[in-house]
Amino acid sequence: MKMNHRKLLLFCFAGSLLLLLVICLLGLLIPESAVSGSFLEARQAPSWEHPFGTDAMGRDLFLRTLKGLSTSMMVGLAASLISAFIALLVGVATVLPSRLLDSCIRWIIDLFMSIPHTVLIILISFSLGRGLKGLLVGIAATHWCSLARLVRAEVLQLRNQHYVAVSRRLGKSGSWILRHHLLPHLAPHFLVGMVLLFPHAILHEASVSFLGFGMPPEQPAIGMILSESLQYISAGMWWSALFPGLLLVLIVLLFDRLGENLRKQLDPYSAQE
Amino acid sequence: MKNLLLRLSGRFFLQLLKMLALLLAVSIIAFALISASPIDPVQQYILNLGTAVSPEQRAEIAEYWEQDTPPLTRYLSWLSHLLRGDLGESSLYRRPVAEIIGERFWNSISLMLCAWLFAGLIGFSLGCLMAMNEGKWADRFLKRLCYVLSALPSFWLGLVLLLLFSVWLPIFPIGFSGPIGMLSENISFWQRLHHLFLPALTLSLLSFGNVALHTREKLIDVLHSDYVLFARARAAGKWKILQRHGLRNILLPALTLQFSSFAELFGGSVLAETVFSFPGLGSAVAAAGLNSDVPLLLGISLFSALFVSVGNMIAELLYGLVDPRIREAAR
Repeated sequence: MKMNHRKLLLFCFAGSLLLLLVICLLGLLIPESAVSGSFLEARQAPSWEHPFGTDAMGRDLFLRTLKGLSTSMMVGLAASLISAFIALLVGVATVLPSRLLDSCIRWIIDLFMSIPHTVLIILISFSLGRGLKGLLVGIAATHWCSLARLVRAEVLQLRNQHYVAVSRRLGKSGSWILRHHLLPHLAPHFLVGMVLLFPHAILHEASVSFLGFGMPPEQPAIGMILSESLQYISAGMWWSALFPGLLLVLIVLLFDRLGENLRKQLDPYSAQE
Repeated sequence: MKNLLLRLSGRFFLQLLKMLALLLAVSIIAFALISASPIDPVQQYILNLGTAVSPEQRAEIAEYWEQDTPPLTRYLSWLSHLLRGDLGESSLYRRPVAEIIGERFWNSISLMLCAWLFAGLIGFSLGCLMAMNEGKWADRFLKRLCYVLSALPSFWLGLVLLLLFSVWLPIFPIGFSGPIGMLSENISFWQRLHHLFLPALTLSLLSFGNVALHTREKLIDVLHSDYVLFARARAAGKWKILQRHGLRNILLPALTLQFSSFAELFGGSVLAETVFSFPGLGSAVAAAGLNSDVPLLLGISLFSALFVSVGNMIAELLYGLVDPRIREAAR
């Protein structure tokens, strides 16, 4: 079967989406008992029985990594959805003719950009008493800025287009223009931006739980596994640092690819390339 | 020239005012977030003390923390102390916060400066190289490499580097800023550099890919322009074109990007310093958050915002100073 480029892209897109879904589901389906190991099997190097080896408490690292990754993905997904929503609201508020509101928004974006994100997440997580809630709110609160900037730039450009001006002269209401001119144009940019937020959010989730501001320690999270591995790295347990991280990188790259493919599909200039 | 200076100083003061307003807002937000925390600072202070305390001592500590006063009064009192240069005392390290920040800042700045220079220089040259060989195998390979590098979690990269160069091939030390058991005055420059190398490499690899890809995009735009086509028609060489047309057009955006990347640099240093147990500001802020050391957490948050704002300010001012179009307009 001969496939054109567009079909191939679509195929890749479906494939990577499926793989991500499978990992997410696998993590949910693995029972707690499978990751509670015995000390007899502690610190084993990778083998057929334990493809990623076992950690210092004898837990199978492969299953733990899968479980941790699926939690990370859930948190990343939720956080990026929330921040995408904030970004959309902020971006569309640019349409409003109020000058004051516009400079307020610009100032708030500047404000959020002026604190390093890791530090802000630490502050928010501290404020909410650490744990899942702090992590989620922290990541959501730090990721909307870049997307909001993108949407804002798009809206500012659209607002000055001739067809929008014509619509306004013809007496169309602001909400009509929003629905018929702005949103259809913004939708692809927004969708791509949102998908490209996932890998970022997942990376941040992993880094923050690596620092120790994430879930409680008994919950497997990818950052937690890697931070435990740091303690045993000089004892030669290389597998506990290498493999979980590799899987994390794979997921992040897949999501990244997914977003890029989506962009190519939706952009009329490159869709037929 | 005088006109230019006048204009620049005007811009400078405007930026300075903007920065102060931002810092004030950051201090309010940070203070509000910490006040809203369910974590009890008095309890944490006592936990950090590590000894038993009598109820009277407890009451004294609670009074020191001004538990009963409303947050606004507490904020104003903290702010007035801050303006006098008093950031309070860290409950974790038992020393004034200002002293800790001052000391660790030099460790952090040397780390960040190395990483920043390394990422900027190498990333920029690689970006130029990629753009000049656009579409060839070297470009494709390097582009893929940069994509992968920019998707790597920095702490994992640090772990892998640690594994490769400290555990398997013991070339570099496993952490800290100097040999263990040595007084900081006795550590030589080379020993410091030796300990700095891996954390700096980790930190620079984080932003390196982005710099290279950005430079590549910009230079490709320039190389596709009409004036480069004309230069080529005059039989100008590849390097002459880069020198005369390429560099002049892409250097300014690259510099601006480089100076406005301070936020990511600081954020990355938190992770890199934690992996390598490097005694800088980043590892201190993580420790302060974990051990509920409120004064230190507040101090470093504010300091990091100052650091980022200074970077942004330099980026803004550079535009006025370097760009000939703006410079000419001032005359």
